[in-house]
Amino acid sequence: MSFPLLTATAVVPAIGAIATAALPAAKRTAAKWLALLFSLLTFALALVVAFRFDPGAKGPFQLTESHAWIRDFGVRYELGVDGIAVALIALTALLVPFVILAGWHDADTLEEATPNRRWRPTQGFFALILAVEAMVVISFEATDVFLFYIFFEAMLIPMYFLIGGFGDRAGADGEERSAGRRSQAAVKFLLYNLAGGLIMLAAVIGLYAVTADQLGTGTFSLTQIVDARAAGQLDLGTTTERLLFLGFFFAFAVKAPLWPLHTWLPGAMSESTAPVAVLITAVVDKVGTFAMLRFCLQLFPQASSWATPVILILALISIVYGALLAVAQRDIKRLIAYASISHFGFIILGIFAMTSQGQGGATLYMVNHGISTAALMLVAGFLISRRGSRLIADFGGVQKVAPMLAGTFLIGGLATLSLPGLAPFVSEFLVLVGTFSRHPVIGVIATLGIVLAALYVLVLYQRTMTGPVKSEVSAMPDLRARELVVVAPLIALLLFLGVYPKPLTDLVNPAVEHTLSVVDKKDPKPTAQVNAVPGSGRTGHAASDQDVEAAK
Amino acid sequence: MENLIALLVAAPLVGAALLLCGGKRLDRTGHWLGTLFAAASFAVGVALFADMLGRSADHRALHQHLFTWIPVGGFRADVAFQLDQLSMTFVLLITGVGSLIHVYSIGYMEHDERRRRFFGYLNLFLAAMLLLVLADNYLLLYVGWEGVGLASYLLIGFWQHKPSAATAAKKAFLVNRVGDMGLSIAIMLMFTTFGTFAFGPVLASTGATSEGKLTAIGLMLLLAACGKSAQVPLQSWLGDAMEGPTPVSALIHAATMVTAGVYLITRSGAIFNAAPDAQTAVVAVGAVTLLFGAIVGCAKDDIKKALAGSTMSQIGYMILAAGLGPIGYAFAIMHLVTHGFFKAGLFLGAGSVMHGMNDEVDMRRYGGLRKYMPVTFVTFGLGYLAIIGFPGLSGFFSKDKIIEAAFAKGGTEGWILGGAALLGAAITAFYMTRVMLMTFFGEERWRKAPTPSPDQPSVEPAAETRGEYAPPHPHESPKVMTLPMIVLAIGSVFAGGLFSLNEAFVKWLEPVTSFAHGHPPVSATTVTAATIAVLLLGVGVAWLMYGRRPVPSLAPRGSLLTRAARRDLLQDDFNDIVFVRGGGHLTTTLVQLDHTLVDGAVNGTAASMGGLSGLLRQLQSGFVRSYAVQMLGGAAVLVAATLLMRGV
Amino acid sequence: MNPVYYLYLAALLFTIGAAGVLIRRNAIVVFMCIELMLNACNLAFVTFSRLHGNLDGQIIAFFTMVVAAAEVVVGLAIIVTIFRTRHTASVDDASLMKL
Repeated sequence: MSFPLLTATAVVPAIGAIATAALPAAKRTAAKWLALLFSLLTFALALVVAFRFDPGAKGPFQLTESHAWIRDFGVRYELGVDGIAVALIALTALLVPFVILAGWHDADTLEEATPNRRWRPTQGFFALILAVEAMVVISFEATDVFLFYIFFEAMLIPMYFLIGGFGDRAGADGEERSAGRRSQAAVKFLLYNLAGGLIMLAAVIGLYAVTADQLGTGTFSLTQIVDARAAGQLDLGTTTERLLFLGFFFAFAVKAPLWPLHTWLPGAMSESTAPVAVLITAVVDKVGTFAMLRFCLQLFPQASSWATPVILILALISIVYGALLAVAQRDIKRLIAYASISHFGFIILGIFAMTSQGQGGATLYMVNHGISTAALMLVAGFLISRRGSRLIADFGGVQKVAPMLAGTFLIGGLATLSLPGLAPFVSEFLVLVGTFSRHPVIGVIATLGIVLAALYVLVLYQRTMTGPVKSEVSAMPDLRARELVVVAPLIALLLFLGVYPKPLTDLVNPAVEHTLSVVDKKDPKPTAQVNAVPGSGRTGHAASDQDVEAAK
Repeated sequence: MENLIALLVAAPLVGAALLLCGGKRLDRTGHWLGTLFAAASFAVGVALFADMLGRSADHRALHQHLFTWIPVGGFRADVAFQLDQLSMTFVLLITGVGSLIHVYSIGYMEHDERRRRFFGYLNLFLAAMLLLVLADNYLLLYVGWEGVGLASYLLIGFWQHKPSAATAAKKAFLVNRVGDMGLSIAIMLMFTTFGTFAFGPVLASTGATSEGKLTAIGLMLLLAACGKSAQVPLQSWLGDAMEGPTPVSALIHAATMVTAGVYLITRSGAIFNAAPDAQTAVVAVGAVTLLFGAIVGCAKDDIKKALAGSTMSQIGYMILAAGLGPIGYAFAIMHLVTHGFFKAGLFLGAGSVMHGMNDEVDMRRYGGLRKYMPVTFVTFGLGYLAIIGFPGLSGFFSKDKIIEAAFAKGGTEGWILGGAALLGAAITAFYMTRVMLMTFFGEERWRKAPTPSPDQPSVEPAAETRGEYAPPHPHESPKVMTLPMIVLAIGSVFAGGLFSLNEAFVKWLEPVTSFAHGHPPVSATTVTAATIAVLLLGVGVAWLMYGRRPVPSLAPRGSLLTRAARRDLLQDDFNDIVFVRGGGHLTTTLVQLDHTLVDGAVNGTAASMGGLSGLLRQLQSGFVRSYAVQMLGGAAVLVAATLLMRGV
Repeated sequence: MNPVYYLYLAALLFTIGAAGVLIRRNAIVVFMCIELMLNACNLAFVTFSRLHGNLDGQIIAFFTMVVAAAEVVVGLAIIVTIFRTRHTASVDDASLMKL
């Protein structure tokens, strides 16, 4: 038996979480370094996974592990990754060290405020982050529906404590009131996601019942179900399939979040600290969109096609609605949250466009959005912690006093508005093209999103960074070394993936082809026959001259 | 030789990266470094040009494939360059004029503490524009296209501490984004129609698809061109863009940015040739804009804004020519190049005037400056003669050809277009003469303190009202600034004649853009005579109004048209009411709806659940005996239920 | 004698006990009533044992007695504690366990 690499990738952060939590109260700094060490270790393992993974290999999943777990119910401990999962595991493992570094001091003051010597918020903060990482990683790896479900739900627990327990120190209206709002946001987050999860649980059990009924032994295994369906042994029946699909999709749409199930996100993101907000939007939410690709489409292909028109409309509403609301926000973090809702609309649009460009673009979008939002949000966090306020109106002229801060903020913003040359452009354009080739009208309306994105980003930048220097920001220090270490690699990555996204597309393409083949969709063919060799300029001109003559 | 193409883009890009990331160490040398990288790109361009001239007309195009950019399914975008005669023309214009502007900026920005950053942005601008004209497919062109938008955003808003500059920068980017939307839709249409968006295959297969599709693509490309080239209805950003430092205006107006739209339409000629409806839209936009810009130019008292109106108008000529098809492409590009010379010269001259006049931009505060800045006067004057189309100078050759081509369109359409172009020429002569007279001739109005305007109170009257007005001391600019102006003035004088010699320019471009001789309904000589006649008319009227009579240092109220033209023909007011305020209402309403409706539905569910449990809580009274009653009742119900079930 | 009469007696005793629990406030009396109900049940069990001719009912009656004895110990202890702290044996006064 080979080394269980995938298990190790999830177990290492889990061990890190336990080890960090176990440190005594006085070892605050040690806890930080320990957490950072474990997150880097996880990143190293994720890189090993990425390199061991062979995009060209046959079969949907690689590096698989399979053990019986609960025999009576056919639950198995089954792990396996495709290109999409590898990309997202790498993203998660990449972002967590930055989250830890950016949140280096976020759990410090709480400790001084509480006299109880056994209270160890610093240890708790970093342990919870690592716990979230472990659960997210295993959710990306699980190919057993039940196993996935457990960790999909379990990650709510550490997230709940991260949101409710470690708010922004920037409270304009006093610690007590902001603590109240914070716990409210955390409860809202929990209830929303629990509601989605419970509906999904019903669907999971339903799936088991149907397989038990038709295959003799019930199973939760994705590969088994897909194979049985392909072999004609399993037929869910139209109504059952649709109901089960809706059960799964509801949970993922809450997590993603899709309009109109989005209202938990702005609260959760604005009340938590910037690193936790990054964890929510860049890491945890990705499980929702990822699961749509892996579970919704592959388990219920016909129902997915049936629901596509409605989902596309909802995604379109998310795009435009999120962007419009972002324009009107007065709170920096809420603005970024609504922008994220708009971006999740793009991701879901790409997934359900059912073209290789759409789904490939959506996967790239997940990765790129993770990086770009992390960059923007973390810099926004630095900005907010300096001023002690989240309100846009409290800033002005920062560019003059802290040019590096403003510069990185601008780059993060430009990435958010998908400027060509930065990574998000590639994915956004692919999603648009993929959508357009099947649904032109929806594609055109979605393009409105790029104008609105420019509007909210530039308005945010103009109001916070330009203009006369406000007296409150006049003493604002520029980026510190630790902060630069956080931001610079993210920006470098944005540039690299914008100019040369091929490593990522090579990774993702086979997985997308597989998904599309399961759903039984093919890319629409171009309507006109092209008669020249691509990439050669000469033929084009010669022929265009002929055209002119023909026109005459 | 083709391996050098990437170097054209790489040189300024490396320069930008160095200057922007280099930090304070480069503060003292940054401007020279930036100029060096721009000049290096120009040198490579010249080398490639020499090489290209050495080959026969059919083998001049070069192609360089760097790497595959985005491969997903049938979608394949490459980072690949294509250098043909059209691109070459642009490369030389961009790097040549761009380098001169770099040199000029060394002097102009001497006292700005962020000069290094300014040069970084300038280099970025050149790199993006070069990428735009060298790309071999529409998606890569789009990268340059937006890159230009970004660079213009950074440069227009360079003086960020001024809220007006920051707003203008944002406006430019946003309006451009609307155009970009057109370009991205056009690319999507190409992909779904042809399965590719590389120039070669797309332009070669226009015959394989329906005219409707091509018209749609053409109209979307036109929308893109309108945004970038400041054509009606997306022209509103250009006037505000004057908030940037003057060299930026020169760069935007002459060498980069606004020329991109003309490039796009010319490059996509095959599509427009096969879609006559789209062509009609193009000429309509061009004709409207050339008059629109000219009218706005007449009313502005701000020297830079008057020149901005003029740019709009001149680009309108080019778009008009490009919309005429094969009879116009070459002239559009030729006018673009000559315009590049004289408009850059005019802007640099305006900057030189401002430099000597304490950054005063109001022409009513100028007058009689020819004595104080002779070099500026002469170079500006030559640029002026060129732009109004004075016989023998650059503008004459290129503009006259466009007017001829417009008449040659034929039929009523030809007469309308030709008439509009002629009218535009007359107005151009008028407003440019006005600028010239108000700035360099007449009484020296800057010696007197300005009288505060009655309808718009001056913002900083403090010094003047106390009688401490210190008149500026007009002086000639340093050599590093005048030298580029002289070079550009030489270009404005001779370029047109050189290009027209034996139809050299047309023949040079013919393999790319194709060329057909237009046949105007009246003879070419008649058209030329008419052009010269309207030119003299315009100059004469301007002389009567501004040369013979003293210019009031305060703007008169003016007619309704004048007042509308001062406000950019009310376009901004329209935008403000419809988009800014309407959009503001929409978003605030949505925020409320999100809170009350979407979130309210969820909160409502939660509240009703809470209410229900509140009701149930009443049962929990704490009295043992009430619990006992409930238990007894429950037991009785259970027994009764069991009995009933058994009985049934 | 007809064993059914014992059942009537058991029902009567149970009803008296239940009424006492519901009506009386004194904790001791309530407690005695509960005992009455338990014993009514025991009587019913023993009667059924006799009716069916097996020992199941008698065995359960013994169980009930043991449990009742344990319950008396705990219950009386609670009542005494409440009386000591609050100087009352009324069940209505001990209503602190509500939300």
